[in-house]
Order: sequence, then structure tokens, then C-alpha cells
Amino acid sequence: MTTARAAVAAVVDPEIRVITIEELGILRSVDQEPATGRVVVTITPTYTGCPAMDVIRADIRRALAAAGHPQAEVRTVYTPPWSTDWITEAGRAKLARAGIAPPDPVRPAGPVPLTLTVRCPWCGSPETEQISRFGSTACKALRRCRTCTEPFDHLKAL
Amino acid sequence: MTAHAEMTGPGAVQTAAAPMAVPNRFDFVLGLADDALVAAQRLAQWCTRGPEMEEDIALSNIALDQLGAARLLLTYAGEVEGAGRDEDALAYLRDDREFRNCLLAELPNGDFALTMAKLLFLAAYQVPLYTALADCGDERLAAIGAKARKESAYHLDHASVWVRRLGDGTDESHRRMQAAVDEVWPYTHELFTPDPTAPVDPATLRADFDSVVAGVLAEATLTAPETSWMPAGGRNGVHTEHLSYLLAELQVLHRAHPGASW
Repeated sequence: MTTARAAVAAVVDPEIRVITIEELGILRSVDQEPATGRVVVTITPTYTGCPAMDVIRADIRRALAAAGHPQAEVRTVYTPPWSTDWITEAGRAKLARAGIAPPDPVRPAGPVPLTLTVRCPWCGSPETEQISRFGSTACKALRRCRTCTEPFDHLKAL
Repeated sequence: MTAHAEMTGPGAVQTAAAPMAVPNRFDFVLGLADDALVAAQRLAQWCTRGPEMEEDIALSNIALDQLGAARLLLTYAGEVEGAGRDEDALAYLRDDREFRNCLLAELPNGDFALTMAKLLFLAAYQVPLYTALADCGDERLAAIGAKARKESAYHLDHASVWVRRLGDGTDESHRRMQAAVDEVWPYTHELFTPDPTAPVDPATLRADFDSVVAGVLAEATLTAPETSWMPAGGRNGVHTEHLSYLLAELQVLHRAHPGASW
């Protein structure tokens, strides 16, 4: 029987299907009550309005049921707020391989920061430009490489 | 613009919202929730009508952020009230006089410049508001503030870019951006009506707002109008007629099919 933690950690983000919810940093905890076997999972959204949350909750319950843990509850917490700094190194590497430029580290508080250079995940060139400040999901912006001319997604630092 | 039509047509036998003494905290949270909900609905009206595809996506994404904050705040408002109303009951089953949003949020979108002026002012208010909430004594509001603050900062950045681009652009874009600022500016004063008993006194946010907005307007070669007209009333449930139409669209499905889900 797969452990509850392993089953939940392997759930893939429904909108960025190359990265797990653990690698994305939205999985906060998995606890199992020894007496009943009931599993309590705590997650946090990337953005408050993230429309993928319902799907993620359902996917977690399905993964747990398949791993032999039918009794499960998924709780959502908002504090501390998710940051792109919580994306693991493995997650960043997977994003880059999928053509999604990983976010820069979040800078200290101050005037609204703008990303200075984002490297093209395809050819590695630093010569890239923003096409759209908002992308296919709430957490991404759209950019284009001036060297290889390919467009690519960029996970915005938050 | 502030004329308010009483919604008591023939046959509309409604018990007017009972003016019972509701806790101040409920009104405060509801005000913030309604700002976000009404702003989300307005911005979503741009969907498929943006001046370019990138902006269409941007406005819809900002609407989604506002909706996310609205859901958290409405849920919390319902718990504070303690009358068993959840986010849906509060969003879909209140009439205009029971809404507590600022008038700024409900004003029609107008042209793109007007929408950007509205967004600039709303975000320049929400950023210091959410930032202050993040440090306030109310645990739930602090969590929501810490989360929403980061999203609002991006909205503020986005609106600032457009206001500068249009204001310091062509003669025509400058003219329209200035006209938008002139029209919307009077509605900003309501945002800072003092309330020393609130978790965050709105009056304390004014300095931040003024400094950010003054910077953007200066760079955009725009000026804030000199006017003493300060329309208000939203926080007390006295709205412009525009809110009723907006709510009709927002609520019709839920009211036609109560409790429906899919």
C-alpha cells in the first residue's frame, strides 16, 4: 500500500501537468490518524481565484482512494501565502524542460518589482521580451525569445 | 450619476432590509468583499471585448483575482454575521441596498481609459489596505490580506503601465485618459471615509494612495481635477443606479435556479 503522503505528493497539477503539487509547493501537509486511518491533507492556492483548486481536491481524494485511503479530507489554508520560492529545485527543472521559464526568486518588499531578464527555456538566450503580462493561467506571463523567436510561458515571481 | 431609484415597484412586497444593529466588523468585511465582487463582475464584462487579446486575458485574470478575494471575504463575512449565510447567499441573494461596495467599483466600464483609471485607483487603495490587514489583529483578515496584497500589487503595476502609456501617448489617448481621470477621481474620496473602529481605519490609507497615484499621474502627464464633489453612499448601501443592473446580471441564474449546481 502506497503511503498517504506518497500518493498525494504524486498528484500532478491539472494546469501545468509536468509538475506535482508537492513540487509546486502548494501541498502543505498530509496527516493520517493512526486509529482510523483517516487522512487530512492541507493545501494552499497559488492565486486566490485559482480555478484549478476544485480539480486538485478531487484528484487528491481519488489518488488517496486508489492507494487504499478512502477516508480523506482536504483542507485549504491561506497563510502563510504561497510564494514561487516554494517551488522545489526539481520542480523548476521540470518547468524549464517543458518550456516554462521558472520564476526568479522573490525580491524583498519594495516598489513593484519587474523581472529584468528571463532566459529562454528553449535556447537559453537572455534576449527575451514580454508579449503579455498575463498568460494561459493566473500564475503565468507570456514571453518571446528574440534569438530563437519561440514564444514561451514564464511563471511570474509571486 | 448618484440618483438612486428606489426598488419598490408595484407588487414588490419586500421587507426592506431590516435596519438592525449589525456588528461593525461584518459591515467592514462586507464592504471589502463587495468591492472585490463588483470589481470582478465589471472587469469580466471586458471578456471577449478587450482592445487586444493580451489585454482581454489580463482583465479576465484580474477579475479572477478579485473574485478569489471576494469569495474569501464573503465567506468570512458570513461567519462573522453568524446568521448562516454563506458566500453564495451573500453574493446572490442580497438586493442593491444591502451591498456595501464603494461607488467606484460599480461605475460602468466606459472606454478602456476609464476602466484603467478605475483599476488604478482601486488597486492603489487595495494594496495599502491589504498590506495593513496583513498586520491587523484579526487572524482571518490578516491571512486574506497577505494573500491578496501580492495580487493587487500586480494589478496596480498593470494599471500604472497603461495609464502612463495612454496619458503620455498621442493627443487622443492623452485626452481620453485625462477625461477618464476627471470622471472617476471624485469617487476615490469615499474609499477613505474615516472609521476608527474598523480593523484598519480607511483614513490611514490615504497617504499611500496619494503618493502612488500622484507619481503615476505625473509620469503620465495627467492631473487630478480640482473639485470638491465627493459622491459617497456605497458603504451605507446607497448606490448609483448602475449597481442594480450589474446585480441583475450577476444574480439572475442563481435566483432562477436556487441551489443549482453542476
